Amino acid sequence: MKPSKKDFIAEAEEIIEELGSLVLELQEEFSPETLNSVFRSVHTMKGLSGLFGIKEVTDLSHSLESLLDDLRLGKIEITGEIIDFILSNIDILKNLIDQVAEDHDIDDVSNDVREIEKFRGVAGAKEKESSLSTTGISESILKVLSEYEEHRLKANLGDGHGIYLLKTVFSLSDFAPQLEELIKRLKDTGELIATLPTSQGVPDGSIGFNLLLGASYPLENIKSRTLLSDVEQLISPKLSQAVTPESKTSKAKETSLKSAATTVRVNIDKLDGILNTINELMLLRSALVRISQELTESYGYAPLAVDLYKISQSIDVKLRHLQHSVLDLRMVPFSHIFKKLAQVVRRYTREAGKEINLNIFGEDTEIDKQIAEEIIDPLVHLVRNSIDHGIESKNERTALGKDPQGNLTLKAFSRGNSVVIEIQDDGAGIDPDKVLQKAVEKKIISKEQVLDRNEIINLIFAPGLSTKDGVSEISGRGVGMDIVKEKITSLGGFVGIETEKGAGSKFILTLPITLAIVKALITEVSKRRFAVPLTSIEETFIFTKESVQTIEGREVIELRNEMLPLLRTSEAFDLEEDVRDEYYGVVVGVGQKRVGLVMDELIEQTEIVIKPLGEHLKNIPCISGAAETGKYEIVFVMDIDAMMDEAFSKRKNNGSKGKKDV
Amino acid sequence: MLSALIVDDSETTRSFIRSLVEDVAEIDVLEASSGFEAFRVLPAHSIDIIFVDINMPDINGIELINFLKTNDLYKKIPVIIISTERSKEDMSKGMALGAFAYLTKPVNPDELREITKKALNL
Repeated sequence: MKPSKKDFIAEAEEIIEELGSLVLELQEEFSPETLNSVFRSVHTMKGLSGLFGIKEVTDLSHSLESLLDDLRLGKIEITGEIIDFILSNIDILKNLIDQVAEDHDIDDVSNDVREIEKFRGVAGAKEKESSLSTTGISESILKVLSEYEEHRLKANLGDGHGIYLLKTVFSLSDFAPQLEELIKRLKDTGELIATLPTSQGVPDGSIGFNLLLGASYPLENIKSRTLLSDVEQLISPKLSQAVTPESKTSKAKETSLKSAATTVRVNIDKLDGILNTINELMLLRSALVRISQELTESYGYAPLAVDLYKISQSIDVKLRHLQHSVLDLRMVPFSHIFKKLAQVVRRYTREAGKEINLNIFGEDTEIDKQIAEEIIDPLVHLVRNSIDHGIESKNERTALGKDPQGNLTLKAFSRGNSVVIEIQDDGAGIDPDKVLQKAVEKKIISKEQVLDRNEIINLIFAPGLSTKDGVSEISGRGVGMDIVKEKITSLGGFVGIETEKGAGSKFILTLPITLAIVKALITEVSKRRFAVPLTSIEETFIFTKESVQTIEGREVIELRNEMLPLLRTSEAFDLEEDVRDEYYGVVVGVGQKRVGLVMDELIEQTEIVIKPLGEHLKNIPCISGAAETGKYEIVFVMDIDAMMDEAFSKRKNNGSKGKKDV
Repeated sequence: MLSALIVDDSETTRSFIRSLVEDVAEIDVLEASSGFEAFRVLPAHSIDIIFVDINMPDINGIELINFLKTNDLYKKIPVIIISTERSKEDMSKGMALGAFAYLTKPVNPDELREITKKALNL
């Protein structure tokens, strides 16, 4: 089927949106790579509008493409003025697309095209670049470089940079994320000029990538910085210039900064630094309160003591305000995430040959930027799963008496200190019988094991289980449900499923609003204090030592007619148990994987800032970090995921051990 | 059955090319939105013809053609470059590396169908 005008508009709008953010990026900080992305987007727009014969869009994007091509090939110098000019033309382009979408008459663009041509003329061409053939770089590389890559190579040579060929080999099945990771790392070292794939001298099932890098560092530094051993130096860097690398681009940066951008991009680490300081100030504030209280106790309500108390109160209010403002800076609305997901839905719906109606709710709900980045992949996976395995084909749906068009609903809303994301489809749902059969087949569980419906459904999160035979084009991309679960858990969240065979499934992800400040329950075990993040806690309860039972060598307790396995926290941390009559249970985990952590005391609920333990201590099992609470006291923060693993590995190993009395 | 692979980062362009290729023969058409994605598709299928764009994210069309033409498994597959007038120099590099033909965007449907037939010996 030929693509329709609707397809054109959808993709054109995507391109316009991308262009807008790319040009903003350019205004903030110039990089040849971003400029090239702008060029590519305009280039795609031109090709696209050409297909549909929309002359005005084609003409304008053609001129704009020429201007951008001159810029990226260094034929015209970049200034803030040119970037503003490009931005204004993208606005014009956007208007044209809107006019096409609304079936209005399309504006004449001949004036705009002339303006662009004038700009190209005025900006003036820089002198022609020299040829590369005399540089000593082999023809086998040169013949594969595009015009743009040749230009970047020349620019790097002009800056006196060294040129290196980094040889890498990856497994074909998962090269993309690894290579992307490496490319990200290269950005601190130099400019990646070209990525040259190769299969020569590479074992079966693998793929090689030769990366052409321009950098001011000498060979040895390149090896240590990139952690690669197979690096060939094609051209050595000129040392005198190595001191001030990228002189050309920094000049361009200066000019483009003048264009009065009102936003700044800040590294999230810097925000974390501010939050840390705020947290320390809050601790100092509690010290002030304590001093004022001690003063009152010793000298009665002396004016000075009262003043001190009042001041510490207003410091508290201001600090909280400051803390919220900083946290707010880390927040992004869900609309970004949903937009990406909507693209995925459109693309995969078509690939799967299905018809799906997408509903989105809660675009304004905000979430921590860091979490937003991390949950994209799991969400994409869940959405693909719904399209591929959940929603049936049109024919199947008609035969079942369902609306031929499937429904997929994405919803985000905040609940207390958490954000809840729901992905719901009205597809086939999960058939527990099939899951069970598969799990037995794949030896994930034994035939004899008796599980309830909930436990069976949760098996889909077990590694190695997939309910559909064979790998489809759509969801078979190596991310399994187990990875989804793992990712969400590592962010301090959890996944729930509601599903009914024939009626559809709903995946419910609950995530903390922010990673920076965590609400936690401070607990005490064997006179030591531990913090348990509240997002991991389902409930707490109190129990007597008599109510503990032992089943298959494992301590359990009956909680509302269900057996809950217990994990003695003192045992997990090798602490001497403080024997008492009553204990507290803290229930963590979801579904069939729930555990009651046994604590001596529950102290208080408080907000903590989790700090890493540093290089030497970071591998301590079951501890994810430390936090300061009032009175300069340090508590360890429990790694609940690791605790769960500990509990469930114990279940197997401890099976034969005798009964243990409380 | 014959099968074709279209590598282009524009979804709409891919469906457009797909519709034209499907006119020519009973053919299974696979799509990849980037060179990286093409690497994932290639080993799992037996492909008879490949259409590539020049300007793409990850790696460009020339680099992809060079990879194909230096690999014994793929070097016999005819490659047709589809890009805009602007990329003429890049397209001629692709031709020098062993591409079968090139077409400029906006693609003339008859031309594309003709070249596809020729490349597939139909």
